[in-house]
Amino acid sequence: MSTMTINLKIWRQKNTEAKGEFQVYKLNDVNEHMSFLEMLDVLNENLIKEGKDPVEFDYDCREGICGSCNLVVNGRAHGPKRLTAVCQLHMRTYSDGDTIVIEPPRAAAFPVIKDLVVDRSAFDRIIEAGGYVSVKTGAAPEANLIPVQEEVANQAFDYATCIGCGACVAACPNSSASLFTASKLAHLNRLPQGKPEREKRTVAMVQQMEAEGFGDCSNYAECEAVCPVGISISSIAEMRKNYLKAIF
Amino acid sequence: MKLDPKVPSGPLETKWSNYLRDVKLVSPNNKRKHKIIVVGTGLAGASAAASLAELGYNVQTFCITDSARRAHSIAAQGGINAAKNYQNDGDSVWRLFYDTIKGGDYRSRESNVYRLAENSNQIIDQAVAQGVPFGRDYGGLLDNRSFGGAQVSRTFYSRGQTGQQLLLGAYQAMMRMVHAGKIESYVRHEMLDLVVIDGKARGIITRDLVDGSINKWEADAVILCTGGYGNVFYLSTNAKNSNVTAAWRCHKRGAAFANPCFVQIHPTCIPVSGDYQSKLTLMSESLRNDGRVWVPRDPEDSRPPNEIPEEDRYYYLEERYPSFGNLVPRDVASRNAKLVTDDGMGVGDSGLAVYLDFRDAIKRDGKDAIKAKYGNLFDMYENITDDNPYEVPMRIFPAVHYTMGGLWVDYNLMSNIPGLFVAGEANFSDHGANRLGASALMQGLSDGYFIIPYTVGDYIAGEELPKVSKDHEAFDEAAKDSQEQLDKLLNVKGDKTVIEFHRELGKIMWDKVGISRSKEGLEQAIEEIRSLREEFWQNVRVPGDANYYNKYLEFAARVADYFELAELMALDALDRDESCGCHLRDEFQTEEGEAIRNDEKYAYVSAWEFLDVNGKLETKLHKEDLNFEFVELKQRSYK
Repeated sequence: MSTMTINLKIWRQKNTEAKGEFQVYKLNDVNEHMSFLEMLDVLNENLIKEGKDPVEFDYDCREGICGSCNLVVNGRAHGPKRLTAVCQLHMRTYSDGDTIVIEPPRAAAFPVIKDLVVDRSAFDRIIEAGGYVSVKTGAAPEANLIPVQEEVANQAFDYATCIGCGACVAACPNSSASLFTASKLAHLNRLPQGKPEREKRTVAMVQQMEAEGFGDCSNYAECEAVCPVGISISSIAEMRKNYLKAIF
Repeated sequence: MKLDPKVPSGPLETKWSNYLRDVKLVSPNNKRKHKIIVVGTGLAGASAAASLAELGYNVQTFCITDSARRAHSIAAQGGINAAKNYQNDGDSVWRLFYDTIKGGDYRSRESNVYRLAENSNQIIDQAVAQGVPFGRDYGGLLDNRSFGGAQVSRTFYSRGQTGQQLLLGAYQAMMRMVHAGKIESYVRHEMLDLVVIDGKARGIITRDLVDGSINKWEADAVILCTGGYGNVFYLSTNAKNSNVTAAWRCHKRGAAFANPCFVQIHPTCIPVSGDYQSKLTLMSESLRNDGRVWVPRDPEDSRPPNEIPEEDRYYYLEERYPSFGNLVPRDVASRNAKLVTDDGMGVGDSGLAVYLDFRDAIKRDGKDAIKAKYGNLFDMYENITDDNPYEVPMRIFPAVHYTMGGLWVDYNLMSNIPGLFVAGEANFSDHGANRLGASALMQGLSDGYFIIPYTVGDYIAGEELPKVSKDHEAFDEAAKDSQEQLDKLLNVKGDKTVIEFHRELGKIMWDKVGISRSKEGLEQAIEEIRSLREEFWQNVRVPGDANYYNKYLEFAARVADYFELAELMALDALDRDESCGCHLRDEFQTEEGEAIRNDEKYAYVSAWEFLDVNGKLETKLHKEDLNFEFVELKQRSYK
């Protein structure tokens, strides 16, 4: 088991209003089997022992499914490993003496709360605008009444796996939330249960996305490249098609 | 304290329908006059909040994460059970009920478990209507898979992400009602206390985790859906922020805590690799369909696994349980892994792991077939351990996964404090001493969609609920207590971090209140927990302030509660002089190491009352006898 020394350059910001800055830390004895977030835990333990403020960052499940973690590592959302949330990244990816720059996802619609923690409530408001099927508890018909083609069900599932982390926004030069919004639309709009509200849903969610201050999509496809669950940008094309159909 | 389970009389099959026939209703005009608080937004919380808001109540939801969608229900992999009998393999509500109550080793209430099985089919209907993308067959109809503890195929799934898809369905239903103005959703808010006025739950105290403010919220009923307490062990498969604080604070306000020692330890998790380890990752139970579990016969054998010949391998599950082999239930598999590692036969750097070997399955079926079945799990394993499981056996070890115990509730899912309801993993209700796979999602949604909306209405219709003010002294006192505890933690200014204390507590719990327990070990554990708790309050170092975002302060308050819960778990385990389900007492097993249950003396729910005697922790045990009118109690055997 090899250990290494890692140099860290981490964004520190006291609160939303404060001006932030990078601070440099040196961490010895980093074990290759540590996860990236465990490496930050160790840094924090050291900082607390030294009487300093630990680095705040969001995390919860540490299994890549809850979407809480959203660090931008050396300029890339979730770090260097494709299809991997930063909580599933391990230190064996790095070498002794490496310098790692860690920032929050930067977007006007994601204000910094503290250090690497940002406010992503804009995502909740996009879902609130129409990201659901309007069915009351108790009003559902028998589950097998409406068959869904296996292929359609599988596609819907692929889009439904979005974890809502916001990496797509962080990676987009326009800070667009198009991939997030389009993935939910592509999930619900193609299912028979979601079809009756397709147009209404599409317009409501797209307009909410704009109202939150996210930019528009210019087809850079950076979002798809960093998405930890591999959501396809075809969903964005589909969203635009449905949006245009709905408003004209 | 009086614990009345309020089970309706009559045959098992008609208890719930009779209840619904007679349930008291609140008229639509009156519903909008009532406010209901839902704490926690996992499967139980989100589904309860959405359903109550649809009925017309004013609902406020609170969660500690930055969005309701991130609750730990999201991490459930395998599936959700329902008695649809789409496979025509003989499934029925009765069979699902029977499997569940037997799986729980006869330590749950017949009436509750039967209702769970009855509700299971409606859950699938509801989820499909919401757009939950379940796995389907070529004809476009819903598909099923098999799970442990059942002889029928009744598990509905969305690949390995069933929890995620069901939670997003419930979250979206909830956000729909936020849009309708019937739910106010508060994220990054942690419940720190329950406010009880005139003997009824009338509100909660929260801390805003962003600005640190302590806030008061009044309501006509409080529904606690805050999940389990597995993180008392420090390392578990729970999310890092999962905690017992809300439930524990309710306990300290008078709610009985039931069966705290019933903890499910899942046999197939990725082992600990070092002190820095922050959590454990589950590998699906399904792997045991094709993987063979073994350790080297000779504890001194240091050869790489692939060089160890057949005769030097100890396939201990296959040898000890010839009829079930590697597919014994979770509790049996976990216990045996501990036995062989205790005997020095464990593998890996730490010696705390066993092999799960796919060599023979790959030889038999080909690598492609194994990849098709388990590809994503193999990738996940390789990502974490850097070992290729197609080439070398996986190393696995048991880890804490789910807690069957929780706040005591009656048939209405109401605690012994009127107006405080508890749903999902946070209550003790349906899984007895052991939960079967694919049953947790079923219970959370049964509680939230199909039980709480009726029982809460019945309570509101039947109670005098005069308006309460947030200026009431009970609110002030609770808010003051919460603030003082945080200040106290910050003011210790000791030398040891919260994480160090938590890790030490976890080790005591794992070693002595874990897979197997003994009288001697439990008594030692209680002493050790007490002295570590004392040290915690004298020597913990919590950084920062209470008036802004401070994750380590959140942790400190939660660990303080774990220290108290831990002692209660050990006491409960000590009281139960039998082995049942996940609770194995060394003194109560056969010569071959099989559990000996004692139905004559221990067929009861342990419900613990919190007594604060001059600031000293005291508890009192109350017993709810379990009467089995409809099933015959049998000893489980997997030989």
